[in-house]
Amino acid sequence: MIVNGKEMNFETEITVDELLKSLGLDKDKVVVEVNFGIVPKEKYTDRILNREDRVEIVSFVGGG
Amino acid sequence: MKIFLNERKFEIAEGTTAFQVRDIIKKDADIIVLNGFIIKEDMPLKENDRLTLIKRGEIPDKDELEALLIARHTPGVHEKVKKAYIGIAGLGGLGSNVAISLARIGIGRLLLVDFDVVEPSNLNRQQYFIKHIGMYKTCAMKDIIFQINPFVNVDIKNVYLDENNITEIFKEVDIIVEALDNPYSKATLVNTVLNKIPEKVVVAASGLAGYFSNNTIATRKIKDNFYLVGDGINEAKVGCGLMAPRVGIAANHQANTVLRIIMNERDV
Repeated sequence: MIVNGKEMNFETEITVDELLKSLGLDKDKVVVEVNFGIVPKEKYTDRILNREDRVEIVSFVGGG
Repeated sequence: MKIFLNERKFEIAEGTTAFQVRDIIKKDADIIVLNGFIIKEDMPLKENDRLTLIKRGEIPDKDELEALLIARHTPGVHEKVKKAYIGIAGLGGLGSNVAISLARIGIGRLLLVDFDVVEPSNLNRQQYFIKHIGMYKTCAMKDIIFQINPFVNVDIKNVYLDENNITEIFKEVDIIVEALDNPYSKATLVNTVLNKIPEKVVVAASGLAGYFSNNTIATRKIKDNFYLVGDGINEAKVGCGLMAPRVGIAANHQANTVLRIIMNERDV
């Protein structure tokens, strides 16, 4: 699948939550979009990603 | 022929020049603004031109002041900007700068949201003054905006934003500027807006600490209703603080993005 414009390969099916963990990202500091739709945080553990999916993850850092 | 002199309709003969009008109406005016631009040389006037005559240093009364403030606003922009209602979430380095830029362009209405008070450590990058220390940032910013442009309607809310109040607080605004400090709060605000009130546009920021290159701060359009400013990487942490120049760059990326959205320029 394409994550932030880069191709990534996974052996087994993967949820949004697992993808975030594998990328070392904190689920409370991100916005996740799959195929141009925002995934609500409470769906991260259910939403299974397919190989055709385009995933965009915006990860916030502190400072304002 | 009709022109607008100090924003009021005014009849002149064809072929009259800007300086001829000045000599009749306000001979001591030393700033002559034609269609949003200061002119140094005389020019013939055309139908519907906007001419403003200003005497440097003279403090005008309130009615005249509004006309004179409008003079530097590009015609066609002012009317749209005046109708916009913009919410600013957080009034730190980002939010205080965004609020001032939007006030200076003559935004119609602002909603300023912050829970905190001004502290001395804020003054390294936030647009407050020593006299504001201890005041709510919302009240301090309202005071500053009034000193810049008293014709901006400013609403304030002294609350800590969380997923339970964001929808209600911002329900009336057109565009929301995410100018919070904490990355968890940033994500909560953007997720809540995009999931619950997707008809709004959110302009967020991430990655603006330090004195890294100016040019790594960019504006990205993530979705039709989600723009993101910053380098995406450099967070505020020990040894890498937030400083006025780079925070100001990011804040004005946000402010210009808001202006572009108001003007229906949706690409970055």
